[in-house]
Amino acid sequence: MPESKPFTVACPTPLGDGGHVQLAHGGGGKLMHQLLEELVIPAFRNPELEARHDGAVLHIGNSRLAFTTDSYVVRPLFFPGGDIGTLAINGTVNDLAMCGARPLYLSCGLILEEGLPLEDFRRVIASMREGALAAGVKLVTGDTKVVDKGKGDGIFINTAGVGMIEHEVTIAPSAVRPGDKVILSGDIGRHGIAIMAVREGLELETAVESDCAPLVEPVQALLDAGVALHCLRDLTRGGLASSLIEIAESAKVSVLVEEALIAVEENVQGACEILGFDPLYLANEGRFVAFVAAADADRAVSILKECAVSAGAAVIGEVSNSPAGLVVLKSRIGTHRVVDMLSGEQLPRIC
Amino acid sequence: MKFVSEYRDPVAAREFAAAIHKITTRPWTLMEVCGGQTHAIVKFGIDELLPQGVTLLHGPGCPVCVTPIELVDKAVQIGSRPDVIFCSFGDMLRVPGTQHDLFQVKATGGDVRIVYSPLDALKLAAQNPQKQVVFFAVGFETTAPANAMAVHQAKRQNVENFSILVSHVLVPPAIGAILSSPENRVQAFLAAGHVCTVVGFEEYFAIAEKYRVPIVVTGFEPLDILQGVYLAIKQLEEGRAEVENQYSRSVRRQGNRPAQELVTQVFRVIPRKWRGVGEIPQSGLGLAPEYATYDAELRFGVAAYTAEEDAECISGLVLRGVKKPQECAAFASRCTPEHPLGATMVSNEGACAAYYQYRRRELKQKPPVVEAH
Repeated sequence: MPESKPFTVACPTPLGDGGHVQLAHGGGGKLMHQLLEELVIPAFRNPELEARHDGAVLHIGNSRLAFTTDSYVVRPLFFPGGDIGTLAINGTVNDLAMCGARPLYLSCGLILEEGLPLEDFRRVIASMREGALAAGVKLVTGDTKVVDKGKGDGIFINTAGVGMIEHEVTIAPSAVRPGDKVILSGDIGRHGIAIMAVREGLELETAVESDCAPLVEPVQALLDAGVALHCLRDLTRGGLASSLIEIAESAKVSVLVEEALIAVEENVQGACEILGFDPLYLANEGRFVAFVAAADADRAVSILKECAVSAGAAVIGEVSNSPAGLVVLKSRIGTHRVVDMLSGEQLPRIC
Repeated sequence: MKFVSEYRDPVAAREFAAAIHKITTRPWTLMEVCGGQTHAIVKFGIDELLPQGVTLLHGPGCPVCVTPIELVDKAVQIGSRPDVIFCSFGDMLRVPGTQHDLFQVKATGGDVRIVYSPLDALKLAAQNPQKQVVFFAVGFETTAPANAMAVHQAKRQNVENFSILVSHVLVPPAIGAILSSPENRVQAFLAAGHVCTVVGFEEYFAIAEKYRVPIVVTGFEPLDILQGVYLAIKQLEEGRAEVENQYSRSVRRQGNRPAQELVTQVFRVIPRKWRGVGEIPQSGLGLAPEYATYDAELRFGVAAYTAEEDAECISGLVLRGVKKPQECAAFASRCTPEHPLGATMVSNEGACAAYYQYRRRELKQKPPVVEAH
């Protein structure tokens, strides 16, 4: 390894551009984190928000509730393996599941663009209905607005959800301990490539389907079996890398994962090779990581393998004390590298 | 995955590393020319496997990094025009000009689009006859044939609202410039495999002979690079200075003749400025006079514009292999991927960005043990 000077953090790096929101601010990478840390979180400081989990955990009376919200803006509206409706249900349901909650009720805000074919709207609503049935949630309230043509992208959806936490376990980065095993629920990167293939007209030998799916069943199965679950995180925009980094930073632990243990479908890998993308950063909509006490790891994997959505579950790494906040990948050829958060979205390379 | 996993095989990698250790008797300094190779070296940690005295310097082969700042400014000026759809490969969008980058142009209302091929931009031009469609034709010999094809097709199909902003550079003149510099430390080159796929490697014989330097045409996978390093060190140890082709599954001595003919037809060899390096004679491509009407610089009247880059940025020294990224005072403090001072911090293939992403925090670990046998 070449000689390198010790790295110290100076002042926080400024937002990329003084004046305007850029697409990268929504990419799930560093710019988005800066936007939230500098402008949003300080405005609303409270313990629930500052837990920085996928959803807030609320104590109301004697119950613990999980509460979350997410907005869905996807182009194209329909893609192999799902559509914006499936995403709008599963994304919010999964955020609740990652709090260890049983999802119960959803709200739905629809922002429709003038001129949207009603047939498209029907298809999206049908998908939402199917998704809600599959996840066992009820859509109980909502709102609809229409904007002028050209002011929206067909349809934007916001869903919020509440779920009940029916156990005493704390499932959060703060519960992660050195020695914990990291379990990944299946192969990664399919949603990102499925969307990009349609959006950019990439012609792959076999179409990649999004992994979009509800994750309630496997999480409930782990909880029901009394597995010592310490933290859960579904992998969305920033991919596996960003999720692991977020947890390592919040929990102040180090995470070592092995590249050879992380499953990537061959056509996803192929698309990554062409575009110069790293599957670690590709979006997923039906995958999660579970941090589990080492003694329970094998049992957790067997339980997950019983559920169709997590049939590809495997231990991919483990947690250690230091260096805190660092995710390290052991490559296939046995060398090590730091996994860093990207600044925005991955950009296709030139050659 | 076929044709990928074989070249990332851990057992074979260890064997190559052991073989390199076995033949290495003293320190050597090698330069990999291509940014794709730099990225692979840092991503896979290939340098961790090499003997301590073997240094890999990262060359000027990242097209994003060497595009001069004034061309980025020209792109920003053209992309900001309301009548223009400006098309580019993705990683050019974040390259800082003197004031703005193309992402900022997009955020403030410019129609800036990422395309995967110049032919996609040509298609956009045909679909949007009321707009001017401009493609940012960046890259080495690798991307030149496709860009030449887009211009050739535009002429054949009479697509008049299409033009390209050309920033093409050539590898052999850059190697020559590095070798003739008094501060040169490079003793052998790993030449860029994909560039040679297009142009072959006949040009390198004269360079190898003139400067007494081994040149090994090398691929991009970990085993390719390890084998390239092995062949280069073997030559150095044996006192040879020859041209060898490690990447023979892709590269022929003559290269791809039809591609070369198309490039010769559409482009002319001209002097080019390299970001951080300055002007190198006969080191780039510009449109041939018959195709000048497709030159975006002429069409939008920006040809005369010039600009100088940030004085603090040492990307020129990094690109010439004189300094490593972490030797820069601004590295990871005033210069980050979110706020890059120079282009080497922007692209995935830029040496500074690769070090920032993978090497920013020192790993507390023992160097891997590689047994020679």
